[in-house]
Amino acid sequence: MLLQIKNLHVAIQGKEIIKGIDLVVNEGEIHAIMGPNGTGKSTLASVIAGREDYEVTEGEIVYKGKNLLEMPVEQRAREGIFLSFQYPVEIPGVSMANFMRTALNDIRKYKGLEPLSGSEFLLRMEEKKQLVEIQSQLTNRSVNEGFSGGEKKKNEIFQMAMLEPTLAILDETDSGLDIDALRIVANGVNKLRRPDNAFIVITHYQRLLNYVIPDFVHVLYDGKIVKSGKKELALELEEKGYEWIKKEVASL
Amino acid sequence: MPNDKDDILNEITNSDYKYGFVTNIETEFAPKGLSEDIIRYISRKKDEPDFLLDFRLKAYQRWKEMQHPQWAHLDIPPIDYQDIIYYAAPKVNKGPSSLDKVDPELLSTFEKLGIPLEEQKRLTGVAVDAVMDSISVKTTFQETLNKLGIIFCSMSEAIRHYPDLVKLYLGSVVPYADNFYAALNSAVFSDGSFVYIPKGVRCPVELSTYFRINAAKTGQFERTLIVADEGAYVSYMEGCTAPMRDENQLHAAVVEIVALKDAEVKYSTVQNWYPGDREGKGGIYNFVTKRGLCKGSYSKISWTQVETGSAITWKYPSCILQGDNSRGEFYSVTVTNHYQQADTGTKMIHLGRNTSSIIISKGISAGFSNNSYRGLVRVAKKAENSRNYSQCDSLLLGDKCGAHTFPYIQVENKSSIVEHEATTSKISDDQLFYCKQRGIDTESAIGLIVNGYAKEVLKQLPMEFAAEAQKLLAISLEGSVG
Ligand SMILES: Nc1ncnc2c1ncn2[C@@H]1O[C@H](COP(=O)(O)OP(=O)(O)O)[C@@H](O)[C@H]1O
Ligand SMILES: [Mg+2]
Repeated sequence: MLLQIKNLHVAIQGKEIIKGIDLVVNEGEIHAIMGPNGTGKSTLASVIAGREDYEVTEGEIVYKGKNLLEMPVEQRAREGIFLSFQYPVEIPGVSMANFMRTALNDIRKYKGLEPLSGSEFLLRMEEKKQLVEIQSQLTNRSVNEGFSGGEKKKNEIFQMAMLEPTLAILDETDSGLDIDALRIVANGVNKLRRPDNAFIVITHYQRLLNYVIPDFVHVLYDGKIVKSGKKELALELEEKGYEWIKKEVASL
Repeated sequence: MPNDKDDILNEITNSDYKYGFVTNIETEFAPKGLSEDIIRYISRKKDEPDFLLDFRLKAYQRWKEMQHPQWAHLDIPPIDYQDIIYYAAPKVNKGPSSLDKVDPELLSTFEKLGIPLEEQKRLTGVAVDAVMDSISVKTTFQETLNKLGIIFCSMSEAIRHYPDLVKLYLGSVVPYADNFYAALNSAVFSDGSFVYIPKGVRCPVELSTYFRINAAKTGQFERTLIVADEGAYVSYMEGCTAPMRDENQLHAAVVEIVALKDAEVKYSTVQNWYPGDREGKGGIYNFVTKRGLCKGSYSKISWTQVETGSAITWKYPSCILQGDNSRGEFYSVTVTNHYQQADTGTKMIHLGRNTSSIIISKGISAGFSNNSYRGLVRVAKKAENSRNYSQCDSLLLGDKCGAHTFPYIQVENKSSIVEHEATTSKISDDQLFYCKQRGIDTESAIGLIVNGYAKEVLKQLPMEFAAEAQKLLAISLEGSVG
């Protein structure tokens, strides 16, 4: 068991957003989380990554057998948690190469490894660029500065490839992408998939799930997982729309 | 983790100054205090010609009638000018001709500073003039320069060997009564660097001076003069450090640059004088007058400064654009932390036609510090078709520090264009979270973000300095955000 979320309640500024979530993610699995806007998908992702603005009012998260909620953000990252941001932030003047090198070496230091030399790093960057099929210019530019929406998302996948996380959370990485970019994102996930890592793919549409085949699909609605199933659930959702879920929840 | 940010902010702003050691070498002092006798003592010690003693005495007479400037956004405690030692010299064999003759303690000091002279000489091709307590210790790389007719020596040597050049240019850009601190410097300066690049010569190495205050209770008053003759080019770098002391020490330097027709001078500073402790105790008062004269047409003077040290900084490296089509540049990053105060900026005085200038200033404030940009752009009536572009950005780390911008713009003709842009921003939580989510610790994240912010300025620095400056920016802000 890689990640276990138990009865998680989360509030922002006193308002409860997550209202009791249970979720188990094992190594080798891909979980899709779907649901209408504003239901708490990004909130869940942020809490796992350790964003400070959120208050966990109840419940716990266990990651690799440790209490995740006690770990600072950077330690979670160093323990293998990666968040592909729904809205990646720009850092003017900081080159992608410098950014990634700092990240990699900070992670390596945490693990007691020597820092990568300049050439080792460049080699790795080339390799991963090819793996996720991203153009070389992206890494020469400042972090996300002046990137189009699609470029930002591809850049998240590139970073994921560089850092080789154990648990990657993709928050609507597919939103706003054309079909080519969507394939790049999907290929990235499929190529990085290993028996010892796991993905949580948050998405609004079932489109991505044609390329990334999830083991489980969960529907998040009003801060709760209201339905879980296999990949067929995504198709059903696509067909019947979220109204179906809303009605079903209301009738309970 | 609520308010983690403030804790980390405190932590980062609380880093230690790593240059704070004292070197135990024999030092010769003048008696404390300032008087005509002291000035004569200094001049005699240095075996100076009459014109120089005259220059000093005139400066002293004027200084006695002057007031220290009050207009800066600085809170300067009263300074007792009679409680300062105006001349302190490490006792070394006069003008060592080889490294063997230099006090080993002194050499190890420079090694601690990261500038082993021999290494630099061989590896980087940087010619170094090291000034400790106002006395020039060693100038490397002399032979290469000699062949090209380039003069790079201590001011004392220049006064002995090239009195005509010194007489012609000393005080020609910063007159002895220019301002309170410049007048003080003119009266008591003990050494500094002198550079002359002959006509049409491009100086093949970066010239560099390292300034170090060592002795207690002393002031440092170095004076630098750089003359680039027609069509000449030189890039000059200046670095400075000082021991940690509870008392405040005064540093009042003067730098004059003259660029003749088609000449270009690039002057880079990494200022890292001891800033005082986290409670604001001790630190250097850095009251410096730096000015360049673009005397000939198509001449260019460029100032780049990275200011991270000093308890109080009062400094406005300026350009007088006298020659037609001449150009002035000012690139500045100023970091203030704890209780540091900085009032710094530039003056671009456009006198010739088609003159242009650019000002890029990045102020970064943390802790309880105060950081002001003060800049004047004046375009005289005759300076037709002149251009200035100014951009002054402030970045705040935390909410207890201050950032201020005081731009003064005077344009006396209609054909010139002056543009000024200013922004104030805070380091964003989103940026920090993004970095930390990638496994980067908070301090490195701040270092990255701040260096990115200052990139436009840092890229102006010569390679040899850039890496050091980047580290310095990160270190100066250690403990400042979360
Ligand atoms: N920083 C915040 N401050 C206040 N409310 C927030 C904040 N972030 C999210 N919310 C609110 O929490 C709810 C869930 O948001 P979010 O997790 O972003 O939803 P989703 O990702 O499913 O669209 C929304 O009602 C949103 O307005
Ligand atoms: Mg969202």
